[in-house]
Amino acid sequence: MPRNHSMIKPSVCTSLLALGLLVLMAGGCAKKTPPVARPMPPPSRPGGIPARPPAPPEPVLEQPVIPPEPVAEESIGSKSLDDLNRDSPLKAVFFDYDSAELAADAQAALTSNAQVLKTYATWVVTIEGHCDERGTAEYNLALGERRAIAARGYLVSLGIPGDRLRTISYGKEFPFDSGHDESAWRKNRRAHFVITAK
Amino acid sequence: MLHNPRSLMSLALATVLLQGPEPQQAPQPPPPQPPQQPSEIGLVIRTREPGVPPKYAVPDFVALASDAETQAAAKTIGQVLWDDLNFEREFYLSPRDTYASIPAARTLSQIPFDRWRELGADGLVMGTVQRDTNGLRVEVRLYDVRGERSVFGKEYTGSAANPRLYAHTISDEIHQNQRALRGVARSKLTFSSDRDAEKMAGTVENRNVKEIYITDYDGANARRVTVNRSLTITPSWSPDGRAIAYTSYKRGAPDVFISFIYQGKQEEPSRGRGQNFLPAWSPDGSRLAFMSNRDGNPDLYVMNADGGSVRRMTNHPAIDVTPTWSPNGNQIAFVSDRTGTPQIYVMDADGLGPARQLTHESYCDRPTWSPAPYNEIAYCSRTGPGFDIKVLDLASGERRQLTFGEGSNESPTFAGNGRHVAFSSTRAGKSQIFTIARDGKDLRQVTKTGNNFTPNWSR
Repeated sequence: MPRNHSMIKPSVCTSLLALGLLVLMAGGCAKKTPPVARPMPPPSRPGGIPARPPAPPEPVLEQPVIPPEPVAEESIGSKSLDDLNRDSPLKAVFFDYDSAELAADAQAALTSNAQVLKTYATWVVTIEGHCDERGTAEYNLALGERRAIAARGYLVSLGIPGDRLRTISYGKEFPFDSGHDESAWRKNRRAHFVITAK
Repeated sequence: MLHNPRSLMSLALATVLLQGPEPQQAPQPPPPQPPQQPSEIGLVIRTREPGVPPKYAVPDFVALASDAETQAAAKTIGQVLWDDLNFEREFYLSPRDTYASIPAARTLSQIPFDRWRELGADGLVMGTVQRDTNGLRVEVRLYDVRGERSVFGKEYTGSAANPRLYAHTISDEIHQNQRALRGVARSKLTFSSDRDAEKMAGTVENRNVKEIYITDYDGANARRVTVNRSLTITPSWSPDGRAIAYTSYKRGAPDVFISFIYQGKQEEPSRGRGQNFLPAWSPDGSRLAFMSNRDGNPDLYVMNADGGSVRRMTNHPAIDVTPTWSPNGNQIAFVSDRTGTPQIYVMDADGLGPARQLTHESYCDRPTWSPAPYNEIAYCSRTGPGFDIKVLDLASGERRQLTFGEGSNESPTFAGNGRHVAFSSTRAGKSQIFTIARDGKDLRQVTKTGNNFTPNWSR
């Protein structure tokens, strides 16, 4: 296959060139080592995590050091779970402004969710507490927590084991509707259910 | 780092070589009314009329080398220094475009003082920039124009990578020398931002990543601090300016992390015990106050910076959130909705004794205690559809408003000298960081890209 030859050539050239460069760079040392190509092992950084440079003696603001990338706590992002959550049988629970009280429709939604969780007794869910944009960023972190806790408490009262129900507050950080009116805000004041294990 | 010694130098910021007033000047008696810290004050430039700030002119620095880098550095230092000196409003800065008719000095020995006097300048800041083995050598003199004498002079050497740092340093030193004032030109802001428009991985919804960034006080030199690829918010500078604590969801559940920005080290002091938010450093840097759900309800806790000695500070069925320390570390102000709406409270930092309610408004959040000599708490208050920044004077109980319904204004933070407040505002469309003087004047926009939230100003 003549084509292959012509394709190989450049890479041979490159290797020779690289070797030549290596020899040149090593020129300072008088040793004449035979030019054996030893590929350097790639730096062992799983996932291409940026290396942490050594700690400088003085502040080096020009290059803020990138902290190590986190290892995901749990690898639960399987496709089936994503599919399940995209068309979730678990209903979101909605709240009034600046409130974590469970109104009648919220209690009805939670009762329905309790039935689902009893049917699928292995499911573990995370209850996300969300707020609308009208509150402040800081306070909403606490308000979202209260909403998630309220939803969780109601499910526990309906017989769902607490260890299947985690809570997390996202405050107003992840609105479901990016609009700036009551119809958007209503959707964003919610406890949202994410199935994390089945 | 090691491959780039220049960048290392620039922050090391140069050896500062004190030269003081020029030797040839006649010995002068100290000014008749020395300000608070006379030991820090040299010869003070004053106006003829009392009560009027002295008028300063700050022309471009003189480049003593013809290369483009030196020329650009000389221009940048002069312009940034003008802005820096203007920021504290201790001097009246003569507009730069009025200098055009005055011939540019080639050296510091041929200054046309009579021309600057005609311009009405009381003080003249002149500087030179030249190449040095390490980068730049910058010499600066502050002249009393009427006396035709130097009242302040210093020489700096360091990296050429960030000429603005020379200007910031000179500005802080002139404020100290002439006004006994701690300037904030070298201080920094940290905030969270979605400016890199990254998305969270592995979630069904389309959720934006937020990361922690820092900038100079004027918005220049923006740098990203975290690469958590997650929701990372509510940063707080350690008092020594070497670490930033924040809330991150990088492991799924929110927790408090600390990035030591000059060491590339990241710590998680509470190590996942409960979900932890909103860290605030104690003034001595030894402890962090934060909000946690670890006992089943949003309450406040204090822990050592290494995670030890966790103490619960509030135990109330309502929400307790957003802690801030008093400058002496004896008290913590925070937000609670125990009366039905979020209001500001203050309690002793030992967690004993009752909390005292400070506000009775519609909805208040993000108290932030001013440094001495002021004794104020800035906060945001609902004034209509959005929030405005208010300041409560703790001695008099009086409150004043800094913003007036232009967008929604949240998350105030004081500068280290208590004379400025940074906050986020939607007045320009997206959420951006602004600074404003404590009297409500001199609004400046700091960030311009992406959405930027929850600023915190280094001491």
